[in-house]
Amino acid sequence: MSIMDIARTALRHVPDALVPGAKPSPMRGQHGQIGAPVSRLDGVLKVGGAARFVSEVPMEEMLYAALVHSTIAKGRIATLDTAAAEAAPGVALVMTHRNAPKMRAPQAFGQGSGVAGSNLPIMQDDAVHWNGEAIALVLADTQAQADHAAALVSVTYDASPATIDFDAARADAQHPKSILGEPPVLDIGDAEKALAAAPHKVDLRYTTPRHNHNAIEPHGATVRWDGDTLILHDATQMLNGTAATVADVFGLKPEQVRVLSPFVGGGFGGKGLWSHQILAAAAAKLSGRPVRLSLTREAVYRLVGGRTLTEQRVGLGADADGRLTALIHTGVTSMTSHNNCPEQFTFPARHLYAAGSFHLEQHIAEMDMLANTFMRAPGESIGTFALECAIDELAERLGIDPIELRRRNEPTEDPTSGNAFSSRHLLKAYADGAKRFGWERRNATPSSRREGEWLIGMGVATATYPYYRMPGAAARIEMDASGHATVAIAGQEMGMGTATVQAQHAADRLGLPLEAVTFEYGDSALPAGVMAGGSAQTTSILAAVAAASDELIGAFVKLAGNDSPIAGRRADELVARDGGLARADEPSAHESYASILARAGRSSLTVETAAPKPVETMKYSMHSYGAQFAEVGVNAVTGEVRVRRFLGSFDCGRILNPKTATSQFRGGIIMGIGLALMEETLFDPRTGRVMNPSLAEYHVPVHLDVPEIDVIWTDIPDPHTPLGAHGIGEIGITGTAAAIANAIHNATGRRLRDLPMTLDKLL
Amino acid sequence: MTPFTYARATDTAVALREGAEAGAYYLGGGTNLVDLMREGIEQPARLVDVTDVSTSISDTAEGGLLIGAGVRNAALAADMRVRTHYPMLSRALLSGASPQIRNMATVGGNILQRTRCTYFYDAAAACNKRVPGSGCDAREGFNRIHAILGASPACVATHPSDMCVALSALDATVHVAGPAGERRVAMADFHRLPGDTPDRETELAEGELITGVELPPAGPGMRSTYRKARDRASYAFALVSLAARIDVAEDGTIRDVALALGGVAHRPWRATLAEAHLRGQHAGENAFRAAAQAELAAAVPLRDNGFKIALAERLIVAVLTDLAGEQA
Repeated sequence: MSIMDIARTALRHVPDALVPGAKPSPMRGQHGQIGAPVSRLDGVLKVGGAARFVSEVPMEEMLYAALVHSTIAKGRIATLDTAAAEAAPGVALVMTHRNAPKMRAPQAFGQGSGVAGSNLPIMQDDAVHWNGEAIALVLADTQAQADHAAALVSVTYDASPATIDFDAARADAQHPKSILGEPPVLDIGDAEKALAAAPHKVDLRYTTPRHNHNAIEPHGATVRWDGDTLILHDATQMLNGTAATVADVFGLKPEQVRVLSPFVGGGFGGKGLWSHQILAAAAAKLSGRPVRLSLTREAVYRLVGGRTLTEQRVGLGADADGRLTALIHTGVTSMTSHNNCPEQFTFPARHLYAAGSFHLEQHIAEMDMLANTFMRAPGESIGTFALECAIDELAERLGIDPIELRRRNEPTEDPTSGNAFSSRHLLKAYADGAKRFGWERRNATPSSRREGEWLIGMGVATATYPYYRMPGAAARIEMDASGHATVAIAGQEMGMGTATVQAQHAADRLGLPLEAVTFEYGDSALPAGVMAGGSAQTTSILAAVAAASDELIGAFVKLAGNDSPIAGRRADELVARDGGLARADEPSAHESYASILARAGRSSLTVETAAPKPVETMKYSMHSYGAQFAEVGVNAVTGEVRVRRFLGSFDCGRILNPKTATSQFRGGIIMGIGLALMEETLFDPRTGRVMNPSLAEYHVPVHLDVPEIDVIWTDIPDPHTPLGAHGIGEIGITGTAAAIANAIHNATGRRLRDLPMTLDKLL
Repeated sequence: MTPFTYARATDTAVALREGAEAGAYYLGGGTNLVDLMREGIEQPARLVDVTDVSTSISDTAEGGLLIGAGVRNAALAADMRVRTHYPMLSRALLSGASPQIRNMATVGGNILQRTRCTYFYDAAAACNKRVPGSGCDAREGFNRIHAILGASPACVATHPSDMCVALSALDATVHVAGPAGERRVAMADFHRLPGDTPDRETELAEGELITGVELPPAGPGMRSTYRKARDRASYAFALVSLAARIDVAEDGTIRDVALALGGVAHRPWRATLAEAHLRGQHAGENAFRAAAQAELAAAVPLRDNGFKIALAERLIVAVLTDLAGEQA
């Protein structure tokens, strides 16, 4: 039993009231901002072109960088001739391992406080570690000059044998040390024996391919050194972690690296710390001038990891009533020796179903490749594909409706940890979704509905993603003399509405109109935030802002003194409203923040407070849920699949802003449609090279692939989270591919177990 | 991108003079050539912009159409004469690329667009088309989008155009101007099969310029369409496409038929064997299937693209059945 396990076991027996941070602090005022469909505050800036992204930040005397990428997977640089590039027009210098500044290897995610995608040293010697690694960087006066000169660098290699074929690598597959703190093997009972003995069973193999990140904004870095301080304009989901990791690389203190990232053009897990930011900083150091390194789309494929491939097995055994006696979910993914992202595809199986026995196991096969990384619901996205398709197959064999089968296996407590669920209303999400989607119109017999050439079918699957809240967030709130609050935290806004929702929250907490709140973020110099990952940023910041609001109100109570209408009342006897504080029992007894400050002769009042530790996640089994409904058409002539209708019915606690939430859910579902039907990185097993590093050849859904997507939610607050909310950035992609695969089966009678489900697999 | 000079031609004579310079390439909308320049696959010393040279669509004395090489794809697709008399061509154009690309791309440039073979696009890969004699990494690599007909040991690439497939089925003629004067080449013969010289993709000689495409009069009684199967609903190249027109007599006899397949070969694949099989036959699914099989008997699948044989057959049968049904 690990220390975590012991802590969890102990916490299970502690009353909520004694658990710091396990209960949401109550809202003092209800002014209707939370829950209102407020449009994104950054929306007008973005559609008007006024939002300045990383590759648009201007700097005096700036040089433009272009990269040369390796064309072998492993070996050494034999010859490297940069003379022609150095002589090309406008070129300031060419940086290679021969002249790059000495730098420590970055700490990778999960290693110390590091957040880098990989812990390989960057341009420090002649070794090549993956096909596409940056081996030279050209600096020139213009981007065109840099690009041209980069093409003039000539390289030869001494290649060494590389492990680049998954089928070969998997022969040596090992257990990862852990999967995000969870054990790689989990056994309850003897699941293999139970499966063998089960009267009804499925035992199936699923495969999912590699995927690459394709945020609309390619990665970039615009950097300058100010003495020993590095100013790093970045597009990042992890401001503080990037500052700390880059500081360590250059032997600096974290505060000597300032990371600025007010706008991020899509993150999805890919906007982390990769080699390009460090190369840009090194080149700026070497040249003594500011540097901009904007990755080309191809360079994003070569330098920024994506989702790794998986081969999964799901075995389900059931009794005659459909109750699961065995749940087996195992498989292997590929990873590298220099990162730690095992793709947690067995996580959904750890809590979704009550089963008599469990066998969950993950292996990793190490390969010589670009480090894989987080990509929207790593693990859950493709894990639910396998698990939820298998559930559908079992339901068919049992002759039970797939929603009914799930109902019969709904657990009352977490089936593998034994913890109570903090909030679980999956069956309501199913019931609401089925009604709205018209599930009763589905004919359980495949191939029974046809319109012309199109075979029509419906499918359903469970969506799920964990609730996380990250430790370490702190918020500062400054109330000025006019009663305007500025809330500041090193948070990240990748377009999902962070700034909008947090401004709504602060306005309600402090009893202010929305326009009297400014939310500052996107700067590592602000009070510490948390990374925007694990769908955890929203609740993590909520907790920090709530704590800071409480402290600010307490400070105002003190400042108000005895001459105030609120005199003599404790903070918990007051409500925040109308730009100030009022007595809960006598609302007319009110004084504005501006008045309190004026009487005290103060121009402002500022507090900074950290959020309480997220112990709720140790006490409870905390997850978001959803039911995904798809209707597809499969063309009987060509095998082409079109999603005709989609409904996501979610159970994600309280929804803070229906407008931004709907976009988040829809975006996840659209990405899930791509995962289901078209996304695939072509990784050539002969060379380890990605062969389709382009949006023309790597297919993501276009407008015509996306049908009307209906989104509903239970809106039942989780009693154990800040504001009752859950993060919702990732759950939309989960379950989507399974719902589509199950719909394809309903349409055609064909079971596809290999993603993407392209037309050739249906001919 | 390698530095280059740029000139804008105002007429054919200027274009030919500029185009005669060493390293000169003609530039249409740039939707393919500029990509290739950015990737370092093409390195012209000089670009001669010919988008202003021939931009009109005019009626010919024979009752057909002469389409200037500089006509934009979007404009051609929207032309009422095309939509009325050559709907197959309009459909083919609109099934290609995106509205933004169609607004830029020209007829001449579309004809000369390069393959989407990913090994052609990657300078680190072996490609006989890009570097003659270097080999072909596609043959044993990712070749799901590659050729099943007319390929060679040297090259298995396909021509990616939709428009050209329709032009081939319409018996279009390419008008070419060059240092030695003007000439005409049948669309069906304009693109070459790869053989030992996949780097030579068309019959165009050094310095020659496409000035236009001529369509013969649309035959009375012909029903036609263009159908494309692809990996997503829009903005994807054809896995297999079919341009088909057919004229069925009242007694059900096939008077005339023209079929061209896209996505299957190094050029738009005029299915002459299938056509010969069908002429004079009674229209019906059996005849269509037999004709398709006759055409595809020579197909050679690679590792990933065997499905194209079945897909092509299904498209031929389904499209001809629809067209014949409409007519009957």
